Amino acid sequence: MAKDSSKNIPIGHTPKSSFHPVTIVLDMCQGAGRSLLDLADSIGRLGLFTGKVLAACVTPPLYLKHILRQFMNIGFYSLAVVGMTALFSGMVLALQSYTGFSRFNAEGAVASVVVLSITRELAPVLAGLMVAGRIGASIAAEIGTMRVTEQIDALTTLSVNPIKYLVVPRVMAGVIMMPILVLIADIIGVMGGYLVGVHVLGFSASGYITQTWDFVEPIDVISGLVKAGVFGFIVTLLGCYNGYNSGRGAQGVGAATTNAVVSASILILIFNYFLTQAFFS
Amino acid sequence: MSGDTAKIVMKDVHKSFGSKHVLNGIDLTVERGTSMVIIGGSGTGKSVALKCILGLIHADSGSILVDGVETMGMSDRERNAMMGKFGMLFQGGALFDSLPVWHNVAFGLIHGQGMSLKQARDIAVDKLKSVGLGSQVANLFPAELSGGMQKRVSLARAIATEPEIIFFDEPTTGLDPIMADVINNLIVECVKNLGATALTITHDMASVRKIADHVSMIYEGKMIWTGGVDRLDDSGNPYVDQFIHGRAQGPITKHAHMA
Ligand SMILES: Nc1ncnc2c1ncn2[C@@H]1O[C@H](COP(=O)(O)OP(=O)(O)O)[C@@H](O)[C@H]1O
Ligand SMILES: [Mg+2]
Repeated sequence: MAKDSSKNIPIGHTPKSSFHPVTIVLDMCQGAGRSLLDLADSIGRLGLFTGKVLAACVTPPLYLKHILRQFMNIGFYSLAVVGMTALFSGMVLALQSYTGFSRFNAEGAVASVVVLSITRELAPVLAGLMVAGRIGASIAAEIGTMRVTEQIDALTTLSVNPIKYLVVPRVMAGVIMMPILVLIADIIGVMGGYLVGVHVLGFSASGYITQTWDFVEPIDVISGLVKAGVFGFIVTLLGCYNGYNSGRGAQGVGAATTNAVVSASILILIFNYFLTQAFFS
Repeated sequence: MSGDTAKIVMKDVHKSFGSKHVLNGIDLTVERGTSMVIIGGSGTGKSVALKCILGLIHADSGSILVDGVETMGMSDRERNAMMGKFGMLFQGGALFDSLPVWHNVAFGLIHGQGMSLKQARDIAVDKLKSVGLGSQVANLFPAELSGGMQKRVSLARAIATEPEIIFFDEPTTGLDPIMADVINNLIVECVKNLGATALTITHDMASVRKIADHVSMIYEGKMIWTGGVDRLDDSGNPYVDQFIHGRAQGPITKHAHMA
């Protein structure tokens, strides 16, 4: 019965209530195709935007005062949240690796595990995610509000390039301040491990420090700082991009903010994998 | 100087957002040194038409000439070079809320023309005075002002660089009648004394009669009537008649308003 009646249903014109297997598969293909096209479209537009931003970075005028203000915003004001994250990550890492390694009588490796995990992975990734939440969201909300209230249009009519005036200072500050933040996070994270190692787990202070220095190589720190620069670029670029292309009204700004944080966080995790691969394999 | 080319010419300009046709073949000519006023119901695409001329919204098709030069498909660089000719009062004010009032007004002078802060500030305070705002307002932030005051600051910003072409999007909406008249005089002065070309959107018929040389009425994405302001009362166009007298009954139906 079902087979017969399906002959009369033209493909692509099926009512939603139809559950014929062929139409379900076709619907799925159509849906997948559309989201693939949407994805290609947004990657293209993001690429175009990135090109404009990079070009604007190297042509005058640069708004120095704005760049400095963003240095403060992105660097200084993120210090507390990034520092706390690093401190407790270092502490829990020491605790966790101690309980794990003591089963194999390898407690001595705690210091090296802490320093390598912090510098290579945890400091850059966690700092990146925290800054995505703190800075990426606020950039998207601020620029999105300017879009919705026509302030970006007003900039253009006053002969000021909004990309140069709004986007370039934020992206530059992201790329430059993130490595500095992560370097500080490295130090605080290792200090957290040290505090737990010496005061909770009973390592000797000098032994812990020697172990740390023996194991850490320049590349461990440098790879983390390069990652930090890339993550800073991702967070600020996506914050600006989503704000700049914000939809209309408060709802548009809300969606832009969410997108900025979610897309930056996912891209950070993806880029982290490939950067690790590039550095250590 | 090509004295006889019109300042702005729009020919058959179309613009849709998705499936919604907002501009349906706009034709409009604004002569140099004159004041054109566009009237029409809300949501009929008046602001969109202005933004198409400025290039803030890209029209789908048609032709837009400024000083005889085609602007459709202009590069960003060419458009930016042309922007110096324009001043725009946005319907919502669009003041920069992170900057004090004087810096808002001086913005185009500082960043567009590279003027020193001190000099630009003096001019800004002057312009604020001409829109009826005292110097104590200069150091406040836009959020500290009433809606009507914000509008006037925005107006001061639009005229601060003394542009050749000034767009006023509902300049008197939200102002009391006396202040509205101050603004009307200011617009007339820009055209008469500075020789600017003005294109104004308004619903305020007193304002139309005061500032317009020519009036154009937009309806369903087209200009349905254009003529001298003296012909407004005997336009012979039932749409115009209904609009200028503000009657609920007439050819303009509620349904068309919603569309
Ligand atoms: N950026 C935009 N995206 C989608 N629709 C828009 C946009 N700008 C304006 N519109 C729509 O175009 C129509 C005309 O708007 P507008 O020109 O602002 O009207 P008005 O004549 O009152 O100035 C409205 O229905 C509005 O919703
Ligand atoms: Mg409008």
